Amino acid sequence: MAKTLVNLEKISKSYDGHLVLDELDLTIHENEFVTLLGPSGCGKTTTLRILGGFERPDKGRVVFDGMDITNLPANKRNLNTVFQKYALFPHMSVAENIAFGLKIKNKPKSYIDDKIKYALKLVNLDGYEDRRPNSLSGGQQQRIAIARAIVNEPRLLLLDEPLGALDLKLRQDMQYELIRLKNELGITFIYVTHDQEEALTMSDTIVVMNQGYIQQIGTPESIYNEPENAFVADFIGDSNILGGTMIHDRLVEILGARFDCVDEGFGENKPVDVVIRPEDVKLVVPGEGLIEGVVSHLIFKGVHYEMEVQAGGFEWLVQSTHMRPVGTKVSINVEPSNIQIMNKPASEDEEAVPLEV
Amino acid sequence: MKKLYISLIFLFLYAPIFTLIVLSFNASKTRAKWGGFTLKWYFSLFENEAILQALWNTLLLAALSALIATVIGLVACIAMQSMKKKTRALILGIANIPMLNAEIVTGISFMLLFISLGVTFGFGTILLAHITFNIPYVILSIQPRMKQLNTSTYEAALDLGANSLQAFFRIVFPDILPGILSGFLMAFTMSLDDFIITHFTKGPGVDTLSTKIYTEVRKGIKPEMYSLSTLIFAAVFILMLLVNYTPRKKEK
Ligand SMILES: Nc1ncnc2c1ncn2[C@@H]1O[C@H](COP(=O)(O)OP(=O)(O)OP(=O)(O)O)[C@@H](O)[C@H]1O
Ligand SMILES: [Mg+2]
Repeated sequence: MAKTLVNLEKISKSYDGHLVLDELDLTIHENEFVTLLGPSGCGKTTTLRILGGFERPDKGRVVFDGMDITNLPANKRNLNTVFQKYALFPHMSVAENIAFGLKIKNKPKSYIDDKIKYALKLVNLDGYEDRRPNSLSGGQQQRIAIARAIVNEPRLLLLDEPLGALDLKLRQDMQYELIRLKNELGITFIYVTHDQEEALTMSDTIVVMNQGYIQQIGTPESIYNEPENAFVADFIGDSNILGGTMIHDRLVEILGARFDCVDEGFGENKPVDVVIRPEDVKLVVPGEGLIEGVVSHLIFKGVHYEMEVQAGGFEWLVQSTHMRPVGTKVSINVEPSNIQIMNKPASEDEEAVPLEV
Repeated sequence: MKKLYISLIFLFLYAPIFTLIVLSFNASKTRAKWGGFTLKWYFSLFENEAILQALWNTLLLAALSALIATVIGLVACIAMQSMKKKTRALILGIANIPMLNAEIVTGISFMLLFISLGVTFGFGTILLAHITFNIPYVILSIQPRMKQLNTSTYEAALDLGANSLQAFFRIVFPDILPGILSGFLMAFTMSLDDFIITHFTKGPGVDTLSTKIYTEVRKGIKPEMYSLSTLIFAAVFILMLLVNYTPRKKEK
């Protein structure tokens, strides 16, 4: 495992008596691409601002490279931020914007000039030195903001929804650019987004947050395939989340039917939440599956068909390349390994909340 | 039709000033008849020691009071920036009230205040009064600029290693500079323009141009006063043009 770069230790922060972060613990390793993912207002920006030095936590410590920097002012921290709204300096040219940090540090002119050239090349904007920020497109401004940050050679780069204002195509291009940049520079990235696809595409590690709590930390694969609770399952992609009862190890009862599964250690006759991804629901001929139902809705999605199936009093979301018209009688089956069992949320905060993303 | 209407308005608005300007170039000493064009009143004006002294007082007063009011107003705006919306609105409201107050009330209040504090009347008291009534104008022109300001540029500067002073002077200041300049010019003009408040706060022997004109005119109208008034009008006019021009220049 790589060396630890940042440690957030029991960070709490509240605004006007409203608790925004509650004893947050997070460890970030060198060279990692970490994404903070969560719905609006869950405390992502606040976490980043505490790291950047723009807010002080009420409680807890921020440890950077073994040093406690909780009370170190922003300008003394060896990290840089790419702000959500770029925050370029409007009265300065692109070159002056990029040079700002280096001039403050009294670097020699030749060094600064080289750095400007190098950074503009890196973000594919050579020749833009003399342009004004407001004469650039959103995507270009974003890249200048990144260039301005990386010329300072920070150990850690914080990015707060840097692609939020861009259109879909440009976003996808920039996602690849960012991954390329990260690999070329070898800097640790902490990236904030509320877009789960972006998180799954770019990250080494995803931190799913909700209402100031970390819900789950893991690789994109583990977050997607083994969500630890209903919130994470619901937030990361479409899924069927059902209440169920763990009869005993490797047997779970859902909607009155008993399914084999692979999970153990939940106890006997314990209520649990069950997640089944839409692509994992198998539709078979009536009588051959475990729950009988009827197709009630059908949409063509390009790669696959998306269907809704009424079965056992639940509306199942099903994705399949095999189309079945509305009204078809079907039976539902699920491979044991595709059934994900989760503990019921311990607190109300972890309950899945309706999302508008 | 529209043009005629606008011309009429301008005629009414500027007729008195226009008369004054014409008379200041009148060679004849009486107002009744036109004795030909002359600049002699302007020349004799500049030979008059007392008037030159008043001119100097006026300019010094305007410059000093505008400068000090601009600094105070700027600091006030910076402080207001970090306040909650409600508190800020309240303070802005309180700051704006003196502007609406009748000048004579303000003038008399200053006089009473200075008397009760036992301050000797003179240049200092006028200066204090001018600084005070100028502050709201400065705030009024800086505050909107400050509000538009993207606070994240300040934080971006800190992030790039600048301390708060560097961040302010290199990033925030250039952005609000047009507001500061127009605030300064506005204050300068207001001070130059003022008669009533100066009248109530000045001590014996200290005169600004407007109080000088007032005393002269009471003794009997001399044509020099026309030319002096014309000059003041021209100065204020040019300053107002500048005030309106500065903020626009940078906006596009
Ligand atoms: N300066 C502040 N004063 C008061 N409340 C604040 C302040 N900053 C943030 N909050 C509150 O803290 C909570 C978390 O805010 P935060 O900006 O961290 O959310 P976020 O996860 O970044 O959301 P988004 O995805 O919308 O950017 C919100 O409820 C917000 O209203
Ligand atoms: Mg945010």
